[in-house]
Amino acid sequence: MAKDLVENAAGRLVPKVVNGKLSVPYQGIGKYRPTETKTAPPIATCSDYPPDGNKVLPDLKTALNEAGIKSQMTISTHHHFRNGDLVANQIFNAAAEIGVNDLMWFPSASFPCHAPIIKHLDSGVVHHIEGSMNGPLGDYCSCGKMRGLGVLRSHGGRYQAVQDGEVHIDIAVIAAPTADPFGNANGLTGSSACGLLGFALADSQYADKVIVVTDNLIDFPCVPWQIQGNYVDYVVVMDKIGEPEKIISGTTQITRSPDRLLIAEMTAQFIKEAGILQDGFSFQAGAGGTALSFAIFLREMMKEMGIKARFVRGGSTQYLVQMLEEGLTDYILDGQTFDLEGVRSMRENPRHVNTSPFTSYNYHSKGNFASMVDVVVLGATEVDINFNANVVTHSDGRLLHGIGGWQNCLFSRCTILPIPSFRDRIPVIVDEVTTLCGPGELIDVVVTERGIAINPLRQDLIEATKNSSLPIRSIEELKQEVEEICCGKPEKPKLGDKIVAVTKWVDGTVLDSIYQVLE
Amino acid sequence: MSVSAEAGRKGADVRSDCWVKITPTDSGGIQFRMNSKVQIMYGGSIEESMSEGLKFFKIANAIVELEDGGALPFTIMARVETAVKRLNLDKGKQWLPEFKAISNYETTRDRFRRSRLYLPGNEPKFMVNAGIHKPDGIILDLEDSVAPIEKDAAQTLVRNALCQVNFYGAERMVRINQIPRGLEDLKYIVPHNVHVILIPKCESADQVKQVDEEVQRILKKNDISKEIFYMPIIESALGAIRAYEIAIASPNIVALTIGLEDYTADIGTQRTLAGRESFWARSQVVNAARAAGVQPIDTVFSDVADMEGLRQSVLEAKSLGFDGKGCIHPRQIQVIHEEFAPAPEEIEKAKKIVLAFENAEAKGLGVVSLGSKMIDPPVVKRAQRTIKLALETGKLSSDWREGGE
Repeated sequence: MAKDLVENAAGRLVPKVVNGKLSVPYQGIGKYRPTETKTAPPIATCSDYPPDGNKVLPDLKTALNEAGIKSQMTISTHHHFRNGDLVANQIFNAAAEIGVNDLMWFPSASFPCHAPIIKHLDSGVVHHIEGSMNGPLGDYCSCGKMRGLGVLRSHGGRYQAVQDGEVHIDIAVIAAPTADPFGNANGLTGSSACGLLGFALADSQYADKVIVVTDNLIDFPCVPWQIQGNYVDYVVVMDKIGEPEKIISGTTQITRSPDRLLIAEMTAQFIKEAGILQDGFSFQAGAGGTALSFAIFLREMMKEMGIKARFVRGGSTQYLVQMLEEGLTDYILDGQTFDLEGVRSMRENPRHVNTSPFTSYNYHSKGNFASMVDVVVLGATEVDINFNANVVTHSDGRLLHGIGGWQNCLFSRCTILPIPSFRDRIPVIVDEVTTLCGPGELIDVVVTERGIAINPLRQDLIEATKNSSLPIRSIEELKQEVEEICCGKPEKPKLGDKIVAVTKWVDGTVLDSIYQVLE
Repeated sequence: MSVSAEAGRKGADVRSDCWVKITPTDSGGIQFRMNSKVQIMYGGSIEESMSEGLKFFKIANAIVELEDGGALPFTIMARVETAVKRLNLDKGKQWLPEFKAISNYETTRDRFRRSRLYLPGNEPKFMVNAGIHKPDGIILDLEDSVAPIEKDAAQTLVRNALCQVNFYGAERMVRINQIPRGLEDLKYIVPHNVHVILIPKCESADQVKQVDEEVQRILKKNDISKEIFYMPIIESALGAIRAYEIAIASPNIVALTIGLEDYTADIGTQRTLAGRESFWARSQVVNAARAAGVQPIDTVFSDVADMEGLRQSVLEAKSLGFDGKGCIHPRQIQVIHEEFAPAPEEIEKAKKIVLAFENAEAKGLGVVSLGSKMIDPPVVKRAQRTIKLALETGKLSSDWREGGE
């Protein structure tokens, strides 16, 4: 074992120091309990701000200068605009013009549209990124070209890292679809409407300086103020902060793949047979094709059984909105909106409530919503025979996805991964996951097109479904069949010795290391 | 001069298939140029397998290019073989993949054939998961879904699928090309446990006999003793007129079916949803099949988005006397099975008949009677079949005898 590595409670070797800071190796679920005091932003004085409430500055560069941008600072952004974000790239262009370098970018997630950041990484304006990376940035980091370590956190873990001082945000830039000159902002209206701004909440509360950027400035007051102007230092108006068609799709597509539909249907049947589908239950499903179809099958079953949910957790889509409007759920507690119907519903329906990582996922909150959800349906790139799952890397070791709310959702009463057992020729059920993102003890059920595997830790679910017609099989059996279909165990990628990124657990401890991909 | 040949498909949207190009050279051995989606995981074994293939065909010097979208070995092997064939270097030899144990199961003459799922014979991506949707039969199609220039590629791919793909108990069917061309397809499928051969555009008993003769010849040559069944497809006015003689053309015919696209064109009209134009022909097929003691099977329902339409169509087929329906999308299977499942009153009646039969048998009585009525053997057989279907579709629990009413 290298001197600078330590084996954590999951048996993974992780670095003792991450980006110059001493880090805590993963200790197990719910084991790590820091005892210090939460971090706090600097004291502000209201008399330093314009009494007329007008904080508008002419452009982003001026705002960054006013905010006191310096080399080695941490700049944060949020990802509500997904692949349609036009702001993050401009921040670092402006920083380059100002002449600062070695910045740390702390996005709540990055997307392929952020590929231009690569030139700032190359030139030294940006030192490294702590946030999800995929596409060109994922490749850049995977190949070991980034100077610092990539740090992948869950949405809840990002809130935790800000609250306990693991990450100090110097300047937060919050792109807002609608804002007033005081800095009150929301995501409900404007051409870049994205529904809500929950991922920017911690940034607004804890950053030293907060800049709101909008392309839809309205007269005070902007209500509801999802972001409160009282946290905001400056407001900048731009022509366009996002590309609407890439922020929100007009319609979210359900899958047409018969295999995925089968998996979705089996998942819904499992929930019914296991007795989870009861009046007043709750569920969370994402916006992937399989998850959407699952929700549709569930809706039909709920109608048949004459039951309704107390709440469903978004990512909201037109399908969840339909359930809300049909009275099949009392509430949508929404983390982000995925289509225009979701935005409309959130704007118009008081039962469609916006949430944030603070309410939903935060490790340092006094409880959070995730563990109160009866059943959650999530994706994964790999699952191993111990039910450990990977969601960030491809089986070739390359960074593929962020963690998002995935880790946080594992705390639900029943976590189900509906996944194909292999994709093309790439097995999804494997001996050992490439990167550990979710410890197997939190993953209850894996539903594949070739059978359903229940974690032996969940004897209650095994018992509840043992007389059902569901194809329940052991995970080893599924793995074996997949290897037969793919004609042999896949070879492991040859990875370098260099660690290029780490995955954090929801409490801020280091769960696993991601190694350099050799080209 | 360098002659080359290629097979398969390439491109960003190609999944589970690959493209192979072979350019024989005078010297330099085999040079691989591979670009595979699964390079890291299976690159080594892919190269090994392709080398074996070239050795099999005694090609010592060539440039071999591969663009692979995650194809399984049965597909890669088929593409290599097709490219070699297109170079005319195969010398009539077939490069067979291992016949896997999962492909080695039997069928029976009177098994349920409610649903049969058509799969295009040159599309490997649909083959691997077809069986998990539990159709009664899977048809690997060499006919209309395969472009004329890809017929050779489909023959090889279908053969390899018969050897290696797990169809999870579905009846293994192949639709060959129209006779006489279809006779050429037989050597690729007969030795590899095909259960049922569909004979398209069948217009005479002689066509069935030609198929049967060639099948028997191949079976004998390969020293295989097993029955291969036939399902002629009636697709023309002449075929419809001769439906009965076709249905009795061979003792190995187990079902007779109808293809309405070609039939309606042949009688000079168009297919409608109501289907009045084909009522006579469908009824003719039902009567011919019943008269011959084989299963009458209805045509496919081609609007995959219209599940309600499919439901109605199955109900109609059932009421006309058909035992099954064709489908082109896995989501249609469940609807077909649901609608072919016996109705509660049918099950009740069948229960009484079967119990009466078992009772009579136990008492050693030669005659089965229910109340004051005598029950004929065909009625008993039909009732037993209804019970079997009810059990299979979950409409009846296996302890129904104890359950009483």
